Amino acid sequence: MVVMQRPKKPRLIMESTHKPGHFHGGLRLNYHKELSNQNAIVAGKAQDRYVVPVQQHIGASGEIIVETGQRVLKGQILTRPKKLISAPVHAPVSGKVVDIGKHAVPHPSGMPADCIVIENDFQEKWIERNPVGDRYNQMNSHDMRNIVRDAGIVGLGGAVFPAAIKQTETNIHTLIINGVECEPYITCDDRLMRERAREILSGADIITHIIKARECVIAIEDNKLEAIAAMQAVVDEDGTGFFRVQSIPTIYPSGSEKQLITLLTGKEVPINGLPADIDVLCQNVGTAYAIHKAVYDDEPLISRIVTFTGKGIKQPQNLEVLIGTSIADCAAQCGGYSDDASCLIMGGPMMGYTLSSDQLPIVKASNCLLVTTSDEIHPANTEAHLPCIRCGRCVDVCPAKLLPQQIYWYASTHNFERATEYHLFDCIECGCCTYVCPSQIPLVQYYRSAKSEIWTLEAERKKSNHARERHEAREHRLQQQKREREENLRKKKEMLNKKKGEPAESEIDQKKSAIEAALARVKQKKESQSVAPKNVDHLSADQQRQIKEADQRRQTNGKESDE
Amino acid sequence: MLFRKAHSPFVNAQTHVHSIMYQVLAALIPGALASIYFFGWGVLFNLIIAAGVCLLSEAAVLKLRSRPIEPALKDGSTLITACLLALALPPLVPWWLTVIASIFAIVVAKQLYGGLGFNLFNPAMVGYVVVMVSFPREMTYWTAPLGVMDQWHSFGDVFNVIFRGTVPAQVSIDSITMATPMDAIKTQVALEQGISSTRQSPVYGPLFGVIAGKGWEWINLLFLAGGLWLIKLKTIDWRIPVSFLLTLLLISNFFAVSDYATYPSALFHLLSGGTMLCAFFIATDPISASTTPRGRWIYGAGIGVLTYSIRTWGGYPDGIAFAVVFMNITVPLLDYYTRPKTYGDLEVD
Repeated sequence: MVVMQRPKKPRLIMESTHKPGHFHGGLRLNYHKELSNQNAIVAGKAQDRYVVPVQQHIGASGEIIVETGQRVLKGQILTRPKKLISAPVHAPVSGKVVDIGKHAVPHPSGMPADCIVIENDFQEKWIERNPVGDRYNQMNSHDMRNIVRDAGIVGLGGAVFPAAIKQTETNIHTLIINGVECEPYITCDDRLMRERAREILSGADIITHIIKARECVIAIEDNKLEAIAAMQAVVDEDGTGFFRVQSIPTIYPSGSEKQLITLLTGKEVPINGLPADIDVLCQNVGTAYAIHKAVYDDEPLISRIVTFTGKGIKQPQNLEVLIGTSIADCAAQCGGYSDDASCLIMGGPMMGYTLSSDQLPIVKASNCLLVTTSDEIHPANTEAHLPCIRCGRCVDVCPAKLLPQQIYWYASTHNFERATEYHLFDCIECGCCTYVCPSQIPLVQYYRSAKSEIWTLEAERKKSNHARERHEAREHRLQQQKREREENLRKKKEMLNKKKGEPAESEIDQKKSAIEAALARVKQKKESQSVAPKNVDHLSADQQRQIKEADQRRQTNGKESDE
Repeated sequence: MLFRKAHSPFVNAQTHVHSIMYQVLAALIPGALASIYFFGWGVLFNLIIAAGVCLLSEAAVLKLRSRPIEPALKDGSTLITACLLALALPPLVPWWLTVIASIFAIVVAKQLYGGLGFNLFNPAMVGYVVVMVSFPREMTYWTAPLGVMDQWHSFGDVFNVIFRGTVPAQVSIDSITMATPMDAIKTQVALEQGISSTRQSPVYGPLFGVIAGKGWEWINLLFLAGGLWLIKLKTIDWRIPVSFLLTLLLISNFFAVSDYATYPSALFHLLSGGTMLCAFFIATDPISASTTPRGRWIYGAGIGVLTYSIRTWGGYPDGIAFAVVFMNITVPLLDYYTRPKTYGDLEVD
């Protein structure tokens, strides 16, 4: 572990004017945190094979830059981002790439995805590492963001949004380090804060440096007293007064980014907006820790802390495991499953999703694997539920301030326009409404399927619009061609008519002008006879004679013409 | 190992529709017992007839609709409709009137609209309104409460009146029925008797009790107690009763203060007739009430205004059923125009 020397530097420290407030709705739940938060984080056992999915983040997947059979070093980059919103993945161990192809991954859809399979050579050979360390203070935001991006760091609270994109420099006032962990059962952030508070604070300081934040609040729910104490201790040690530990009431979903921001600042993140719009950036404690490791150890994101818990697992605990480790191997390290294990849930009991098999790799989003017994959980019945009695309990608990019962009504009757009008897409799928519903309606499930149906319709509409545009372009092209053909035909016809010898207009014109010219000449002649001859002085006798002869000729000619 | 598939959230508060309904039924018990105590066998007959007919017609329609019968009967909603209807009807109405009201409530107002959760109108109030409009004479068959009478009419007499339409020898139906205080005030004030002279009249005087009528005060106070218990349990929303009672209080107080000889006091309005039954058990029916927080304020206030207007200037002594049904009509509109501001919606109205 690197002992960090946090440099003291002058910063503009602003007192927050907001008292911790509250957000609308929310629930008090049974947390079951004690199942897994009693023991220290244990390192996961090394395995023979690691399956590293290419897509472990929100955004575009990177381009695979290794080949089957290639030897890779621990921490070596395996994919390169092709688009802005993307993140690379790295080799968790040194060894050989044995396969690149579709493998089962933890995802709600259950669809296999591109993975790079690495066989461990147990050499633990790292790529060459050049930690930036304390020098980050002299580096600019852009270069620091590149370090965060190249380390493949994504939001580790579960959303896995590329951290570097979030940290694009803006006028950020408040950096919130999210240690709330409001979902029941999950304790990975709790243990991380208890055991590695100093590194988290270092990570927070690096993020502060990148985004030029003016204050940093570390938010922790008041059911994690040890974590609060641990973070407070390092904040006191820091002594700059820049960081502040804020204990917040234990109300689900206070760890949700928007709700936490409202809780701490009293402001709401605008619809379709970002926290940056209200000068706030929120990052998970795990993300801050990963950034610390990237800067001080030059270690990319190849491991994370995962809570293995629930009554269905024999020894619930937190494991620090390499990305790509099989869930089954981790479960074995936790003593295996109990006899009445029933559901395997990735994430918490409110927002997680079930996995049908444990032969899946741990990914960057795997904060918790909850193995439940059948009496431990009561999911809403998807097949048969009572009708909505409009009791409005869902309205009271909805943290997004929606009317869940109305959205349900429109979603279930496929009136998607109205459902959207009632802000279906502002639903954060926290599950509070479903939790309190006396009719046991799986409301969130209705919203999810309505959303995906609307997305499908939207995609189809785009497709048909595209087809229509193409059709219209073709019509336009055809018409233009037709017009051109008609023009050509007309010209050809004209040419043909000329050749036939019909008096074209131009010929008639020529004749007319010839007649006019002749008449003009005659007129001129007459005028010249009536006018006295000029330049007759100083002429020689011979010239005089010639003129006389000409005049005589003219006179006789004139008589002839007069006749 | 293969794991079970399910959808999040995987945990649940474990509250059920039937538990809500049975809590409401339980909260009705004190007020219902008081009704029986003061008005005798008739109330019990009404309750039994209404419950039986409601459950039977619910089952019959569900069978016709090929829907599962047992869960619908067990959810308790039909029993609530039956109880509200029975408690609203006069104690000596003929049996067939209760049957008609029950069938209308369940078959027309509830099941023809799609059953539980789909009815636009409060079923009990629709049933009540139908018989009120169709059989106005029978709807006056109230008895004097215990305390005005020395004892209940005998079981046999009440049975004969309700089921056979016969009254005991040597008496007419009018001699065993008695106006309610609300009725008395309406007719007497219309005859320019004024409230104080009505209260002192030898015929109606004994009816009035301390505040709002013998028996009625107790019945209303006990429904109020049951309602407060439901609010404490968060079984019903507090906004509708508060808004309804507050509106009724303010309006009735305004008129009573302006002309105490003509308009009865606010307390009379709050504790007489069906006020408390409406406030906590009828207006709060979530299915037919507005479902948004602001909408519920307006909905409750609307019932308050209409109730007072019908009681004071309308053709019926108590206007609750009509007020509720009228406000039911406005619910889709109320719900649409009182949508709460979504999180992050920063637009100013």
